[in-house]
Amino acid sequence: MISRRSLWRGAAAALVALPLALGAGSALAQTKTLKAVMHSDLKILDPIWTTAYIVRNHGYMVYDTLFAMDENFAVKPQMVNKFDVSADKLTYTFTLRDGLMWHDGKPVTSDDCIASIKRWGSRDSMGQKLLSFVKDFEKVDDKTFKLVLKEPYGLVVDSLGKPSSNVPFMMPKRVADTPGTEQIKEFVGSGPFIFKQDEWKPGEKVVYVKFDKYKPRSEPASGLAGGKVVNFDRVEWLAISDPQTAVNALVSGEIDLIESPAADLIPILEAEKSVKFFNWNKLGNQYTMRLNWLQKPFDNEKVRQAVIMALNQEDFLKAVHGDKKYFDVYKSYYPKGTPLATTTGMDKVLESNFDESKKLLKEAGYDGTPIVLLHSTDLEVLTNLAPVALDLLTRGGFKVDMQSMDWQTVVARRAKKDPANAGGWHAMLTSWVSADILNPVMISFMNASCDKANFGWPCDAEIEKMRDQFSKETDPAKQKAIAEQLQIAATKAVTHVPLGQWYRSGAHSDKIAGWLAAPAPVFWGMNKK
Amino acid sequence: MLTFIGRRLFATIPVMGMVALFVFLMLRLTPADPAAIIAGDYATTEQIAEIRDKLGLNKAMHEQFFIWIGNVVQGDFGESFFFKKTVASLIAQRLEPTIALAVVTIFLSVLIAVPMGVLAAWRQGTWIDRTVMGFSVAGFSVPVFVFGYALIYVFSVKLGWLPVQGYVRIGEDFFAFLERMILPAITLSVIYIALIARISRASVLEVLNEDYIRTARAKGLTNRVVLMKHALRNAAVPIVTVIGIGIALLIGGVVVTESVYNIPGLGRLTVDAVTGRDYPTIQAVILLFSFAYVGINLVIDLIYTLLDPRIRY
Repeated sequence: MISRRSLWRGAAAALVALPLALGAGSALAQTKTLKAVMHSDLKILDPIWTTAYIVRNHGYMVYDTLFAMDENFAVKPQMVNKFDVSADKLTYTFTLRDGLMWHDGKPVTSDDCIASIKRWGSRDSMGQKLLSFVKDFEKVDDKTFKLVLKEPYGLVVDSLGKPSSNVPFMMPKRVADTPGTEQIKEFVGSGPFIFKQDEWKPGEKVVYVKFDKYKPRSEPASGLAGGKVVNFDRVEWLAISDPQTAVNALVSGEIDLIESPAADLIPILEAEKSVKFFNWNKLGNQYTMRLNWLQKPFDNEKVRQAVIMALNQEDFLKAVHGDKKYFDVYKSYYPKGTPLATTTGMDKVLESNFDESKKLLKEAGYDGTPIVLLHSTDLEVLTNLAPVALDLLTRGGFKVDMQSMDWQTVVARRAKKDPANAGGWHAMLTSWVSADILNPVMISFMNASCDKANFGWPCDAEIEKMRDQFSKETDPAKQKAIAEQLQIAATKAVTHVPLGQWYRSGAHSDKIAGWLAAPAPVFWGMNKK
Repeated sequence: MLTFIGRRLFATIPVMGMVALFVFLMLRLTPADPAAIIAGDYATTEQIAEIRDKLGLNKAMHEQFFIWIGNVVQGDFGESFFFKKTVASLIAQRLEPTIALAVVTIFLSVLIAVPMGVLAAWRQGTWIDRTVMGFSVAGFSVPVFVFGYALIYVFSVKLGWLPVQGYVRIGEDFFAFLERMILPAITLSVIYIALIARISRASVLEVLNEDYIRTARAKGLTNRVVLMKHALRNAAVPIVTVIGIGIALLIGGVVVTESVYNIPGLGRLTVDAVTGRDYPTIQAVILLFSFAYVGINLVIDLIYTLLDPRIRY
């Protein structure tokens, strides 16, 4: 078979000066490049300003973190060399590692880190919670700083090692001084890759090159922690919007990996000997139904309970993923396999008990108001969820008005507090990356602070009190007990409905090895034959 | 002639104004909110409201329109909501791939379709005619993306002759540009070959039945001279019209082709902007496309005068 390279390059070489062509070829061969197709194109470059996952992934390329979560969910020092906690648990002293450097060659200092924590804390919900406990930051010297609390807070290190959006990435002070409400304009990090702004072509490609002066930790890489050893000179994220084209490009060897191939194309890739799969996100993702507490009938707790009685997880998971190897039925608000995971308080719910659902609706005096259910039609991992909900809720005694729209319209609509018949909504379905919902403070859907809560706006003083207790508790055993109680309370109040865990492996060429399992796709540790 | 051109250019102003108003209203009346998209999944209602305010989306609709149109008149198409780059620079970046694809496609289409159509008319009723017409029907019937995937499967995945996707700028590497342009141009040109070949056949057939063709033959002119000098020249007006329509239709065709072959052109930019509700980009691209439509029509009208001396404006 005549290969493309031999056909075209051969013709080119014959026509153009051969020595020149060979010279160019050898120069290219010296550059070790990895070409990847991510789940989305990179449009925004500030990982503190937006929570979009693709921007978080970009953040892990360019920036580093003070702490990072390893594959066993333990938060380990990353930029920090050592840290001490005072006996009264009010003062945390952090000392940075030697040799940390920004991409512009300047050293990383305490001032940079303090400014970065403050900016992150102005945007991120977990950061805001942390800063509400902080009395002051004190710079000891260029490499050491203190965080002084007003009262003990159990999630200081967990917050600084938060693995997913928004991740507390460190930036130079001059960049981190940008108000959180504005996007940064300079993209200098201290992470293992340098972002090539001059080569960034939105809708085409994002280019990173290895930061030669990056000093990896000595420990082996584990999750997002450990030594970030880069084996490529250059990493390119190609924006291929058509999933079939991405698959063809991987099969023909034009790209090296696809972060998340479309489900219906996986059988094509499975049939290719040169393509391998790797489940880089072992914790997977969790489907969730969110109810709008502001709108009748979901302002009534019994009606919300009728929802969790009518639903079951398996129907949703099967409808999207089919094969059981891609999902887990696990009735818990916390992801399976994580420290707080428990099924306590969930035994009677999510069993599609339609009689009980109808009974609760009758007790609540449900008048048959149609439930406006938002149906996202353009994201394959979500499309089949709403029709399943429609069926189960109808069988459970609800009248449902399923309205179909693209995901971006769902995103806009769910933010509206208007009545459901005036552009608002009653219920919608979405999916969380499990790393974002590891504890009750991280689970933004468990935030029940009424107007200040996320869309859906649950309002429950008891839940908020328990979340506060959890954040102040420093004993892991007691934290777990509070988390269990919170699960029971959330199930009763129905802040949201967990609909099971699902997994999607990345696909890569058999020439790629060393892809690390982590909550975000990372490109250190990986190598190419 | 100059008066005509001036009048036509002047007439584009109300057309562009109507397009601008229509696009602006259409976007503002769709339910999606760019601020919610930009903010990401975890954003609070306050954060979304803050972004909406910064983007100026909280202003009254008429106020937003007049600010935008005022800037457009001064040549400022604004800044993309997402990329924090000017829309003009985004369009400039995407212009070359789309123009390259359109030019290669039209060149290929005309080069193949006109001789095919003329040949089919010349050999009317023979197997050549039936083959051309059969191809024409198939060309119309097979969707662009199906044909594109089929070509990729055969020539890229199975034979490995040509790349699956991507674009290399002409200035960077001409051969790489060419090898990435072949399959997309063939894919996109099939429907235009079908269209132009049919019209060419019909036009030439009509002309071949005219008295002056019979006279030309009676004079003893060769078939080649009769066909090329007398028939084709007189059949040219409808052919040029359909080529012009084809160029205008290409704007729609490139959206699909650029997606299938991952060409970072204006088609992809339009799709990305629409899915992200990037209002300034969508508005600018649609204005540009509309202007291109009007411009192409003007050029076609001018070409008529060259082909047929009887046509005067």
